[in-house]
Amino acid sequence: MINTIWIVLMGGGILVAAFQCLGLDYSSATGLVMSPSFVPLTDLTKALFVSAKAAVNLAIGLIGIMALWLGLMKIAEESGLVKIFARAVRPIMIRLFPDVPADHPAMGAMVMNIAANMLGLGNAATPLGLKAMQELQSLNKVKDTATNAMATFMALNTSSVTFIPATVIGIRAAANAANPAEIIGPVILATGVSTTVAIIMIKLLQKLPRYKLVVPETLPQAREGEEV
Amino acid sequence: MFQGIINGVSAVAIPLLILAIVGHGWYKKVKVYEVFTDGAKEGFTVAVRIIPFLVAILVAIGAFRASGALDMITGLLAPLTAWIGMPGEVIPMALMRPLSGSGALGIVSELITTHGPDSLIARMAAVMEGSTETTFYILAVYFGSVGVTKTRHALPAALTADLAGIVAAVVVTQMVFG
Repeated sequence: MINTIWIVLMGGGILVAAFQCLGLDYSSATGLVMSPSFVPLTDLTKALFVSAKAAVNLAIGLIGIMALWLGLMKIAEESGLVKIFARAVRPIMIRLFPDVPADHPAMGAMVMNIAANMLGLGNAATPLGLKAMQELQSLNKVKDTATNAMATFMALNTSSVTFIPATVIGIRAAANAANPAEIIGPVILATGVSTTVAIIMIKLLQKLPRYKLVVPETLPQAREGEEV
Repeated sequence: MFQGIINGVSAVAIPLLILAIVGHGWYKKVKVYEVFTDGAKEGFTVAVRIIPFLVAILVAIGAFRASGALDMITGLLAPLTAWIGMPGEVIPMALMRPLSGSGALGIVSELITTHGPDSLIARMAAVMEGSTETTFYILAVYFGSVGVTKTRHALPAALTADLAGIVAAVVVTQMVFG
């Protein structure tokens, strides 16, 4: 699916830009007017290079923040803070992630990531989320294929309930909105809907033959999630 | 008052979290400095490992935006979205949100400046901004960082949830502010 979307974005973009080069104008009174130019294609080329450069800048900029949060996360792990945190929401987590052992570090990292998302702490959420993916990958038997737990985590992450949409409140405040934070209620409601849909879709889709997880030489899997 | 509380929470959340982590570590006799630097070492590897995936996804999105394809789709969708109470001005926001965080933020800012922060259009875009995520970016980067290429049902489920979130944002905004 990601292949298709990539082709659509890339190929679609180039084809549309090529079409724009014809400079067709339907609104003209004298009928269809054509004023060809290469500007749309040169603009597109410029955008390609700018985006490629921006991607690397983004990753480089992430190094410091990643290091900060991964360092703090390591302290929280060693001190047992993550475990305390994870235990509090354990009943929910073992239902959402039945394939992940309840005390696995992946649980702690996922809980921390979801909590950061809820509080609108975007730059804390990403490092914690990447850490959670690494932990989930350690449980993965087919390394190039997503596990059910990974897919569930991704769906939860991208649809996560948000209590404090900090960035957008900031923008509204900067624009002198009468009450910048008034969108919080609607945001909680809307994200509640999207989280519910995400969980339902994940649990429905993972049963479809199309998305079935094929594990070569199936080992007897311990259902550790069931021990309480 | 309420706004003051929210701003306060946002301001103290991160410093308080860091204090709690370091304080708890110190209390549990963890060698906080050594452990911190040990964990921080991974930061570089992870950030560098996601570069190819970031380039792939951001370049494709850049091409799509710059070509005017986004505006074309907006034109096609307008009659459909009017039916659920979504003004045409907000469509680019709904399309951009799953693709690009900075792109979506740019659109919200632009809508707020053009229509005023307390207009229905600006409020709807703000609710959308707060209630959905940059799904493509997150999936590409998170899966990319561990080398997973077969993402199975993750993308369709996440996109359906995004769609539900966008429709919910429109409906709730109409109900509360419409």
